[in-house]
Amino acid sequence: MTELECWGCEDEKKRPNISLTKEEIAIARKRLGREPNDIEWAMLDVMWSEHCSYKSSRKWLKLFPIDGKNVLLPVGDDCGIVKFDDKWGIAIGMESHNHPSAIEPVAGAATGIGGIVRDIISKGAKPIACLDPLRLGDIRSDERSRYLFENIVKGIADYGNCIGVPTIGGETEFDKSFDRNPLVNVVCIGLVDKDRIIKGAAPVAGDTMILAGSKTGRDGIHGVTFASEELAAGAEETSRPAVQIEDPFSEKLLIDSFGEIFETDAVRGCKDLGGGGFTCATSEIAHKGGKGAMIEMDKIHLRELDMEPWEIVLSETQERMMLVIKKGREAEVEKILDKWGVPHARIGIITDEARYIIKHKGKVIVDMPTEMLGDSPVFERKWEPMPKKAVIKPQINDLKKHLNELLADVNIASKSWVYQQYDNEVQARSVTKPGQDGSITRITDKEGVVLGIGCNSHQCAIDPYEGAKGALVEAVRNTVVMGGEPLAVVDCLNFGNPEKPKAFWQFKSAVEGLAEACKHFEIPIVSGNVSFYNESDGKPIDPSPVVVVMGKVKLDRTLSMGFKEEGDEIILLGETKPELGACPKVSLEQERKNCWLMEKLAETQSVSAAHDLSKGGLAVGLALMAFRGQTGFEVSISKMSEQIDDSEKLFSESHGRFVVVTKYAKGVLDMAEKYGVKAQVIGKTGGDKLEYGPFSVSVKDAKKLWENGLEEMIV
Amino acid sequence: MIGVLQFPGSNCDYDVLRALKDVVKTDARMVFFKNQDLSDLDGLVVPGGFSYGDHLRAGAIAAKMEVMDKVKSLAAQGKPVLGICNGFQILCESGLLPGALGRNTGVKFVCKWVELEVENTTSAFTSLYTKGEKIRMPIAHGEGRYLCDEKTLKELKKDGQIAFTYVGENPNGSLENIAGVCNREGNVLGLMPHPERASEKLLGGEDGRRVFEAMVNYIKSRK
Repeated sequence: MTELECWGCEDEKKRPNISLTKEEIAIARKRLGREPNDIEWAMLDVMWSEHCSYKSSRKWLKLFPIDGKNVLLPVGDDCGIVKFDDKWGIAIGMESHNHPSAIEPVAGAATGIGGIVRDIISKGAKPIACLDPLRLGDIRSDERSRYLFENIVKGIADYGNCIGVPTIGGETEFDKSFDRNPLVNVVCIGLVDKDRIIKGAAPVAGDTMILAGSKTGRDGIHGVTFASEELAAGAEETSRPAVQIEDPFSEKLLIDSFGEIFETDAVRGCKDLGGGGFTCATSEIAHKGGKGAMIEMDKIHLRELDMEPWEIVLSETQERMMLVIKKGREAEVEKILDKWGVPHARIGIITDEARYIIKHKGKVIVDMPTEMLGDSPVFERKWEPMPKKAVIKPQINDLKKHLNELLADVNIASKSWVYQQYDNEVQARSVTKPGQDGSITRITDKEGVVLGIGCNSHQCAIDPYEGAKGALVEAVRNTVVMGGEPLAVVDCLNFGNPEKPKAFWQFKSAVEGLAEACKHFEIPIVSGNVSFYNESDGKPIDPSPVVVVMGKVKLDRTLSMGFKEEGDEIILLGETKPELGACPKVSLEQERKNCWLMEKLAETQSVSAAHDLSKGGLAVGLALMAFRGQTGFEVSISKMSEQIDDSEKLFSESHGRFVVVTKYAKGVLDMAEKYGVKAQVIGKTGGDKLEYGPFSVSVKDAKKLWENGLEEMIV
Repeated sequence: MIGVLQFPGSNCDYDVLRALKDVVKTDARMVFFKNQDLSDLDGLVVPGGFSYGDHLRAGAIAAKMEVMDKVKSLAAQGKPVLGICNGFQILCESGLLPGALGRNTGVKFVCKWVELEVENTTSAFTSLYTKGEKIRMPIAHGEGRYLCDEKTLKELKKDGQIAFTYVGENPNGSLENIAGVCNREGNVLGLMPHPERASEKLLGGEDGRRVFEAMVNYIKSRK
């Protein structure tokens, strides 16, 4: 908190708190040419917060490749849009709601979905699917992590189910580094007519600004500044007012009414009110159009009539949208909002002069150049490499016991307890059911979208650069292994305090790794989110660059992981390296060959099942293929040519590997040779055992461990 | 022409419309709940979702809307009326079907495929199944536990009004494993599972399609 001499508001208690630095305060005074008043300070505080301005990260994010022939709306708007076919574009965005979920898990997780879904709606798209990558504390030992886990899942279920957008996939990782600071990331995709994309910009003066949705209340005030600081001890009590309250029914009405509104061509621009609330949405939409805005605050529909102006501009009440409507077309839009019972108000107009002006009771209370809100100062953060962690290869004496422990481990065990609480089939598009490597949703009768996730925070903590590359290649593998062709990437970069050089080095290294990997695969990053300050009691989380790859898939060429029939040959693609306990190294060149091969195998329908190897290595990968399928397997790891010990063959988490199942082994081996990919037949499907060679387990017993592993920790 | 009744918060409306138009290939249209003329309709589906956000109780508010009087009159004319999930809750709340749906005994929302046994093959929606046939459909609900008093249960059994029961695991604690019931005349059916999500092989199964096909046949047979 900064002390200010000229703090205009008389009643001390009614003043907004601000968290700008001395340096930023000086810049603000200079740029405005006078002392900003309370409300202006409050607005600058929000717009220049890390959350809204990306002031620490912006410089580094420029490393990302963002262009591509299929990119219809690049990084910079509320979400990205990628061309799917000649008619459709797919809008895709990713958000985090980490701090709110740490304080109030149900509301925090729910409003996270609400926000990203509105980002998708605001671009003229119909939201059709969500993914929820979660990272939680060690629920085995930590009571509060258990509470957070159960309630974050409940928040996602209550909200997502009600708004009719299926949660078709996700991932759940548990580690003690997330004990007090869980990561709640959410992806939403939407379907939009590629010729009718709405931008978050208002380029025409005279257009009318309509605020639609819930009445503005006192919830979520200072939400973004709270998200731009470390979680303080006791934050559960003190920061609760900064958490927004969810109302999924109102969101559903926005989805349906906006779907109808976009069928008219009355809309010039649209933005959702998310982080930074009214201030952010109205100033950005004007700034992006190169215009100004004249706003009459008295027109805003309020939940509590005695709200102070600064509370109104800062409120993060959910389920609100900012529409800029072509002059003269307002009534058409208002009629649709009325039909659905969505409250609305004409709150201002877009002006030629690029100034952002708010009038309140006839007086001008805010008057700033629009760009002052839109362009925040950028900071150069210092970095300092973390000392390299020594890699200790774990000594595994009893291979069978180790496999059983892994299968029951919460990080590998079935997540059905989570996804059965989510409606994953509404909208009748879900070609896959949760639990596969990737998630496929139908777009047309012939083609669909596949989404694959990647991130291993444990590996990123060992080496953020390799770990981030690993996140991307894993997400690509999860896409191609379903039969998909990668089109675009979205990311959510979850890190610690950027003002601390070591945490910032982790961020910078991960960005460099991710950028390099995306460039190598020639997949653009179309949208993303940076979440800093994921620390509590001064301890940062394990760095977590969560990556989602979106691909396109032909619906008659999709693959799944389950073994279908007995007697098929099992082939291991890629090389297994002695990387137990390490952050596996990524060879981008080799990885791309392996993924090309996988795409080819899907296209030619040469394999009946395919699975990407990640957590738990080959041993766990094969087990999952049996659990998701109809039969066991007989494999002999002695057939592997790698000169490494059995524990490494079974459990090493080397990148670039798939297991495929086929009736045409020779054809697959030939194709692999052509692509320059190591391929080895290691056994056959069949039987009621997981037979590895050195040991075997009954499918039934092993499956039970895997099915119950997570649930036993909760109940 | 079959109508799909859309309340604020309905979310399986387009899925049902798609199943009717694109899969079963019959005429169907969306019916918004306000100021509607239903006289052209030969039948109606009340789809799933969270009408009015499930505020108060699932289906309670939608059941009190004026349009439900028109739905009752359709039903009284013998036209087929199908309630799926939230639609089932609405039909029970409005008195078109006996019983009520309570919170799942497991408390949580449950979304998964379940096995059902067909108990009734004479209703407007079940005529294409064989009695005792085992079929698969997905459920997705938090309040799907079918409940009724003993007298009603006796009548349901006597008149063959229990249409579907869960086989194996009872996913929500429903009385006697009941998944769907119809009225005595057999032209109004409510069920918690989603036949529209089980109408295409691509989406995991097509056992549910016959519910709609039977409905279409029933409409033809009345003409």
